[in-house]
Amino acid sequence: MHMTLPVIGTVAAWRARVRGLAAEGIAPGDVVWQVGEDAGTLFADARPSIPPRQLRINRAALHEIETALCHSDPERFNRAHDVLLRLNDGLVWGDRTDPAVRRILEQAKSVRRDIHKMHAFVRFREVGASGPRRAFAAWFEPEHSIVEVGTPFFAKRFGDMDWVIATPLVTARFDGQLRFEETRSTAPPPPDATEELWRTYYASIFNPARVMVKAMQSEMPRKFWKNLPEADLIPGLIRGAETRVRQMQEREAEEAPARRLAVARRMATPDRPMPEAGSLEALRAQAADCARCPLHAPATQTVFGEGPPDAPVVFVGEQPGDQEDLAGRPFIGPAGRVFDEVALEAGLDRGRIYITNAVKHFKFTQRGKRRIHQRPATPEIHACQGWLEAELAMIRPRLIVAMGATALQTLTGSGAGLLQRRGMMEQTKKGVPVLITIHPSYLLRLPDAELARAERVRFCQDLAKAAHFLAA
Amino acid sequence: MAQRTLSEKLALLSDAAKYDASCASSGGEKRDSRDGKGVGSSGGSGICHAYTPDGRCISLLKILMTNFCIFDCVYCVNRVSSKVERARFSVEEVVRLTMEFYRRNYIEGLFLSSGIIRSSDDTMADMVRIAKTLREVEHFRGYIHLKTIPDASQDLIDEAGKYADRLSINIELPTERGLNELAPEKSSRGIRRAMGAVRLKREESREVTHTGKRRARFAPAGQSTQMIVGADGADDRAVLGQSANLYANYGLSRVYYSAFSPIPDASRMLPLVKPPLMREHRLYQADWLLRFYGFDVGEIAGGGMLDLDIDPKTAWALAHREAFPVDINRAPREVLLRVPGFGVRTVDRVLAARRRGAVRYEHLLAMGAILKKARPFITMPGWSPRGLDAVDLRARFAPPPEQLSLF
Repeated sequence: MHMTLPVIGTVAAWRARVRGLAAEGIAPGDVVWQVGEDAGTLFADARPSIPPRQLRINRAALHEIETALCHSDPERFNRAHDVLLRLNDGLVWGDRTDPAVRRILEQAKSVRRDIHKMHAFVRFREVGASGPRRAFAAWFEPEHSIVEVGTPFFAKRFGDMDWVIATPLVTARFDGQLRFEETRSTAPPPPDATEELWRTYYASIFNPARVMVKAMQSEMPRKFWKNLPEADLIPGLIRGAETRVRQMQEREAEEAPARRLAVARRMATPDRPMPEAGSLEALRAQAADCARCPLHAPATQTVFGEGPPDAPVVFVGEQPGDQEDLAGRPFIGPAGRVFDEVALEAGLDRGRIYITNAVKHFKFTQRGKRRIHQRPATPEIHACQGWLEAELAMIRPRLIVAMGATALQTLTGSGAGLLQRRGMMEQTKKGVPVLITIHPSYLLRLPDAELARAERVRFCQDLAKAAHFLAA
Repeated sequence: MAQRTLSEKLALLSDAAKYDASCASSGGEKRDSRDGKGVGSSGGSGICHAYTPDGRCISLLKILMTNFCIFDCVYCVNRVSSKVERARFSVEEVVRLTMEFYRRNYIEGLFLSSGIIRSSDDTMADMVRIAKTLREVEHFRGYIHLKTIPDASQDLIDEAGKYADRLSINIELPTERGLNELAPEKSSRGIRRAMGAVRLKREESREVTHTGKRRARFAPAGQSTQMIVGADGADDRAVLGQSANLYANYGLSRVYYSAFSPIPDASRMLPLVKPPLMREHRLYQADWLLRFYGFDVGEIAGGGMLDLDIDPKTAWALAHREAFPVDINRAPREVLLRVPGFGVRTVDRVLAARRRGAVRYEHLLAMGAILKKARPFITMPGWSPRGLDAVDLRARFAPPPEQLSLF
């Protein structure tokens, strides 16, 4: 049996015909498919030879089969017909061990590549416009019949201009509406002025020090070259590459004019006001370059304390976390938010306290793309102790609040037994009173909701003590 | 100085931009111009519109706004002490080139970088003006990648992120010491701080506000960076360690490696040799292993340098033969991912096929496995590998030794 399919709308027509053939019970082997002109009726009508049926097929399989039908292989219609029937009889879609299925998958891939290359290698040239919209035209030679599936991309991309993409068989026209017609003229549009700029760009962006012709050709095969305005530059660029590299190497370095250098160097080092010596700001600037322990290397920055330089109460936490490390400010992450909430409930005036950490760099281990917080070890706490002591010496608070074991350790010399000591007052070596409480991140880690609520109340009570102190 | 033509400027300022490796134009926000009120689309996979004979693709119009620069980075062709010819585009010229190239389907969008003129803020402000004009005057919906200028103010970065799909800032060299020596005006602290700020801003833009509204977009295609390889003494372990740290710290989409190219007028402080292209290639392979295959830096670059003759995954397998052969029908995903010649896609296909029945040797080829590489490391019904203990196993993967010719 002879089946003729139209040049435009080939796949949809095939689908309708196959539905009919399956309903009649015609076997795939008894059909000869053809696209375009009717070759006449040399073939007799086929007789039903298989059980008639209604075809059902899942969407993913159909999409793949229809993509493969754009391939130039003349056998594609029979193969797809056969696979469609077998899929109805229980063949599993995607089974690459079936030669026909595998062939379809390969051809679909090849069609997709051809579409991709069309999206890449169509080159528009501006032509005279008949209306207010600018008009462009292109000539392109695809390997497969992809104009209908390949051009909606251009309609999405070039929505505000009229364009035509002509190929040897089918032409796509867009003027706000996408239409297809059989190609009448096979003459490419004439070059426009911008093309010369594009060729200039192409020749200049090429790096002669790293010629890799094979890599280029595998992605931009020669068959596309004749319609690419830049392609005739390629042989010259390859030939001249070695000379260009040699010229680069031979040219001796020569200093630019001294005057220009002097001006530029002055601009490159702008005057920034120095912080007042002996101030908290000077200390902060100094700490920004701290490399007293290895923690500085993987971290983003030193996270210094924040608050008024004459704060009566200083809060000390453990170390900055992920968010603090990125922003460079203490207590802005999840634990910081808990602290803010509870501080508000406890009536603590956030504007009057100074808040800082025992260790000023974020310590973490990398787990793939994530950073997992790690508790600082004694040498790191020790290395950082100087900064905290300097902060305290400058602020001279009347009360220090140690949040968590690390702060407790650095302030009193021992961090052991935090939960027994919390709520109590101790002293630093210099005799400043230290109020002991937990670190707010502890509240986030408690799995038991009831316990977390109770702990939060106790934390609030501790902060209320500090608030009371502040008010006194 | 005589006024240069647009074409002359384009030649100079694209020539000066070719040392930036990034060309990605994929991901980010889905946009199109079906409404007929603008031009451009983005958000799918990127498209490479042309390839130059160096094997690299042209996806974006990659240019410098100017190659005047007040910095003196030794590895850079545009450093202040170099005698290259200088030029500068106006905002309108960059906009016009981008729009005209885009309308002819030459490019996916713009990758704009610049030398630093006057100050970091002045330069960044001009770059932001270009992106803003493209978006708000020309209604350009294609891709924009802006290279952030070190130490530009946070306000300008915020505005850049509003118009650009991707922001990047180059880490330049794998070690802080290298940067201090070769790029005295740049600070690795400043660069890291800028990356941290971009990550925070991106995360913030993805959160929903209290009123349930979506926030303004901010660099929806993420941020990336570039590292120059071969200009300082850092080994591959240092390079990859730096990359792993940057991926984890700042959620980078990509780290690009750029083999140090002999550049015109290169400073005498640097070695003038062929760029180590094979090293660059191995670093990219290793980078993939870190991100998608569950390897650690220590596992693949423990010795300091990667093997130039064989790929890092095969090198790891050869050094860990006790972990093989792997039973194709039993091994979990993370073990299959370590088989040389198996990609992520192959592994997923193997896992899917296992549900339908035993996977046999002849099935693997159809699944995309490179059997020449995988053969000695796998076992399955009808296939047991030989020669896993053979001393010459490495020789089968390495290129043949070069015969010395008689003198």
